[in-house]
Amino acid sequence: MTLPDPATPSHRHTVDVHSYIGPYPFRHVPHPDPDVLVRVIERERIGAAWVGHLPTAFHRDPSHGNAQLYRALAVHRQRLHPAPVVRPDWPRWMDELRRARDEGAPVIRAYPPQWGYGDEESPLLDLAHACAEAGLVLLLTTRFEDLRQRSRLDVAGDLRAASVRAVARASSAALLVVAAGRDFVEEVHWGLTPAEQGRVWWDISWVWGPPEDHLAHLLQTMGGERFVFGTGWPLRLTQAASANIALLPDPSAASTFADPQTLAGAASATAR
Amino acid sequence: MTLSGVPDAAPLGGPAPLIDVHAHFLHADCGRAGWAAVNEARFRAGERIGIGCHVASILGTWGHRSPTYFPSPHDVSLGNDAMIALQEREGHRVRGYVVVNPNHTGHALAEIDRGVSRGLVGVKLLASRRADDPLLDPVLDLAAEHGLPMLHHVWQHRTRSWPNQDISDGTDLGRLAGRHPDVPCILAHIGGGGDYAHTFAAVADIPNVYLDLSGSGVDRGMLDDALAAVGPQRLLWGADVTLETGLAKLWALDVIGLDDEELAAIRWRNAMGIFPPGTFPMIVQAAGSAG
Repeated sequence: MTLPDPATPSHRHTVDVHSYIGPYPFRHVPHPDPDVLVRVIERERIGAAWVGHLPTAFHRDPSHGNAQLYRALAVHRQRLHPAPVVRPDWPRWMDELRRARDEGAPVIRAYPPQWGYGDEESPLLDLAHACAEAGLVLLLTTRFEDLRQRSRLDVAGDLRAASVRAVARASSAALLVVAAGRDFVEEVHWGLTPAEQGRVWWDISWVWGPPEDHLAHLLQTMGGERFVFGTGWPLRLTQAASANIALLPDPSAASTFADPQTLAGAASATAR
Repeated sequence: MTLSGVPDAAPLGGPAPLIDVHAHFLHADCGRAGWAAVNEARFRAGERIGIGCHVASILGTWGHRSPTYFPSPHDVSLGNDAMIALQEREGHRVRGYVVVNPNHTGHALAEIDRGVSRGLVGVKLLASRRADDPLLDPVLDLAAEHGLPMLHHVWQHRTRSWPNQDISDGTDLGRLAGRHPDVPCILAHIGGGGDYAHTFAAVADIPNVYLDLSGSGVDRGMLDDALAAVGPQRLLWGADVTLETGLAKLWALDVIGLDDEELAAIRWRNAMGIFPPGTFPMIVQAAGSAG
């Protein structure tokens, strides 16, 4: 079988911004462990990963899950960077944010649907402002699974595009949205001013490739600089995002993807 | 070189023969201006992956004049006409299923006879009637008579009704397959929505049910569990409407511990065994070249 050549990594795919460790409550996920993730990203020629703690998405208080995440990643910090959860309607949430910054986390995860937030809830805006001040990216997750296979217990629903627009309009935070498809991406992007668009990035893990060529379309209409590489591991095959790029009519279009490590600075620049 | 470092001429899916058992094409009467570009995109991506044959169906007018999953007899024939024309134009790289709506028994049977006479190689059943409905029996009887496999659209574990289709799941298809043990029944797109784990349990012991791997879903563990449930001899590679997930599954199959014979079975050999003799001359040639 012909796999991507290790000698020529896709040069901006140095970071998988959309990965997790830990089990998923609604189905079995094979070995969602940090040492396995390290082996996977080495096999797939991905330099590093921003790693969330999957169970914490479903916890009320994220602090214990965050602690587990920091401990689990401690021996892999050269490759795996924590993406802890900060819940801005929970007492002492600023302490959690400070801890994230002290732990060297590049990004904060928030789950508005799982917390029952409305589209313009002030706690999320408070978190966005705090992330902007701290120089941290704010990551929102559109979905974990396809709607058609969701457990009856999983009633939170998908992230709403209106929630993303509200944050992008109200704060200068760098917003990273993962697991969104073309319709969602376009609804947000074309509902924002150019300056607001410049603060929102998207991972490609849920965007369709050929023959509908949604990814090619989005790269053409929005520009590659709005996108980053993400996979959804361990819920999804890591190979899907790479395959999508390999099948672009012009695979070199992916060379314009944003560097995840520069998102916070870039968002800050648009606000000045 | 491509961005991934693979030379342009090398198939991204590897050099071994490859058959996509679950492909679709559009046509001029489907009400979509860009239909030809979508077809060309499938061929373009198929060439990059290394697909030797797209075994495809055209579902009436794709909802333009009658519902996709409940196509009128007129639209069924129109779609089959377009499929026949495409197969004749494209030669060995395209093979077609006859689409039928079993609510119109006489028309369905006539379409199968007509399709076979024009070189179509399988029967495609949508969601016009539940899979275990007796109306499907004459359709499968005729498929058996012609030596055709049947590809059935499946929702992996139906727990309620969904709009615009009479969905079936693995349990439903299993009952039909049990009544027609001589017909290879291809259970569509395990990655196409729903709970595939339910499917695997439902059909594990039904030897004439084959699982096609297609669909946009790329859940980790899905391929491993499919393999554990039915073994490599009852898996068929396919892509359906997302070729990138098809390629990802090829790459994943390469790292889950299959040997070359098992990979060959999934990629092309199982399909060779269930479609009529002579369906895949290009694949036979490629397999011979590959040694």
